Amino acid sequence: MKRRDLLELATVAIATMTLAATSMGAYAQSGDIKIGSVLSVTGPAAFLGEPELKTLQLYVERINAAGGVLGRKLTLVSYDDGGDANKANGFAKRLIESDNVDLIIGGTTTGATMAMVPLVEKAGMPFISLGGGVVIVEPVKKWVFKTPHTDRMAAEKIFTDMNKRGLKKVALLSETSGFGQSGRKETLAVAAKHGIEVVADETYGPKDADMTAQLTKIKGVAGVQAVLVFGLGQGPAVVTKNYAQLGIKLPMYQSHGVASDEYTKLAGNAAEGVRLPAPSLLVADSLPANDPQKPVVTAYRKAYVDRYKEDVSLFGGAALDALMIGVDAIKKAGSTDKVKVRDAIEATKGFVGTGGIVNMSATDHMGLDLSAFRMLEIKNGNWTIAQ
Amino acid sequence: MTAQFLQFLFSGITIGATYALAALGFSIIYNASGVINFAQGEFIMLGGMAAALLTAQGVPLPLAIALAVVVAVVAGLLVEKLAIEPAKNAEVVTLIIITIGASLFIRGLVQVTLGKGTHALPSFSGDKPLELLGATLLPQSLWVLGVMLVIVAALAWFFTRTLQGKAMLATSHNKLAAQLVGINTKAILLVSFGLSAALGALGGILVAPITNTSYDVGIMLGLKGFVAATLGGLGSGAGAIVGGLLLGLVEAMTAGYVSSSYKDAVPFVLILLVLFFMPRGLFGAKITERV
Repeated sequence: MKRRDLLELATVAIATMTLAATSMGAYAQSGDIKIGSVLSVTGPAAFLGEPELKTLQLYVERINAAGGVLGRKLTLVSYDDGGDANKANGFAKRLIESDNVDLIIGGTTTGATMAMVPLVEKAGMPFISLGGGVVIVEPVKKWVFKTPHTDRMAAEKIFTDMNKRGLKKVALLSETSGFGQSGRKETLAVAAKHGIEVVADETYGPKDADMTAQLTKIKGVAGVQAVLVFGLGQGPAVVTKNYAQLGIKLPMYQSHGVASDEYTKLAGNAAEGVRLPAPSLLVADSLPANDPQKPVVTAYRKAYVDRYKEDVSLFGGAALDALMIGVDAIKKAGSTDKVKVRDAIEATKGFVGTGGIVNMSATDHMGLDLSAFRMLEIKNGNWTIAQ
Repeated sequence: MTAQFLQFLFSGITIGATYALAALGFSIIYNASGVINFAQGEFIMLGGMAAALLTAQGVPLPLAIALAVVVAVVAGLLVEKLAIEPAKNAEVVTLIIITIGASLFIRGLVQVTLGKGTHALPSFSGDKPLELLGATLLPQSLWVLGVMLVIVAALAWFFTRTLQGKAMLATSHNKLAAQLVGINTKAILLVSFGLSAALGALGGILVAPITNTSYDVGIMLGLKGFVAATLGGLGSGAGAIVGGLLLGLVEAMTAGYVSSSYKDAVPFVLILLVLFFMPRGLFGAKITERV
């Protein structure tokens, strides 16, 4: 009896799941341009996937209200992989084979993206990923593009600034989260290229209450000239407070992971003088009026905040850039012919997005350079653009 | 050299004191019911979050602290009334699972209503670090240590010198016998949830200026607090303190002298060893089960 109940429950669950999935796909009408997406809207990467989906929904609506693309309406067919790369692969298959979409956006994480890559390559489907990993576009894959900057670029931007100030010996303190460890890997990989020596390599847990032990150890390393912290959220704020507590006077660098007002609020006075690379989107208000990105980032911020009553994030911005690059390419191609659209995406030049100025080429399927990041310094509790 | 050692020591004491405060809450409910309350971390979170949000609204700190404790106590009483009491005849394991459910519920509720953001609470007596032989300590750490000692003393007095405290201990040892001698065991369980919620909230408020607070701080503090409580011996106040401090010190010393990558692994190895040789923890009572 019990087993039958369970079986029934499972059947009902599966039935509702398929129903939900098909109903999402079903309202696409013939003649519409179909944008497929697989995002991690729930699960551990939900903080990335949720703003991505919201952004896509918002802008598909806005584009349709303004008359659509090539006189045709856009339809978004979206699936949630729950942060599971296997599911992402399954949904990509469905988008290609039964939904017949014209373009796929997504793969919130690098893992999900890489699970989808073989399918889109085989099917010849234009694919713009929202994952951060370098592996997505290196080596270049014919049908695969991406919009977010990589952690390596953040590390390179920091090292460029350190070189300007003559700082050569750096202590690295990274978080044991995925973000921190990716940052650590990239930092160590590019340090030598910039003539930087990493003299200490310490870590901390994302929820740790006190990092004075690691900082004391770093303080005791001979010749250290600067400290680089790679982490997300509250951990870096605790590090910053501990830094002030220990009275360490070395210049401190943080990653783009703390580029939010929350960080300055949590770290308070201790954050004075901290430098970090940040994408323009997060410092929309501090950009000079003649900055080419200013209109794009302020417009996105306004549209998103008006609709959802929450602040924009880099991830949503990456989704917007992916959609706009795709739509631009379809316009230029004059049709949804997949080969033409792919060629048009690869030919994207001077596209002003939230993540920077995008110049794609046959050898660069991301198209961003270090100018996508601004070096910021915290002065009197405010972000200022460092010279 | 000494300065470095002292700094590691201070770091360990700061972390350890937060673990110890969390561990104390586990001990109280365990004493009253034999249940390990996995919602304890959520009481800690509620205290910190409520205090941080109230002070951000302009409520003076002492009043915010009092209100935050009240919020957590109400939550603790509700958990007991709505989740534990209806299942009163269930086995201890069932009750433990219920507390896990309650903790997920509270965390989710806070996440949805108050958001996922991190909040800061100002330090009670400034952020200027105290210096000693080249090492520094935040005044807030002294607050944590001081209040912890006061709580332990108060609890020791409560459990050994008052009728209510003794009734609580009696209930944990033998519920039926306690009922037969006229102890209202239902009320005892309710009081123990209220008390441990109050303690957890107080701990959450005290550590919030050091660690900041968000809807999910309870997971880490709850887990480490539980580990500290087991290490010291469940149900023992002194054990909770020693377990918490030991855990914090081992973490800080490992991070300082070995490598921060092993910081979380070494304490767990230590715990395995302690539990292997002393299954009831360092200060656990030797209980013989009657057949």
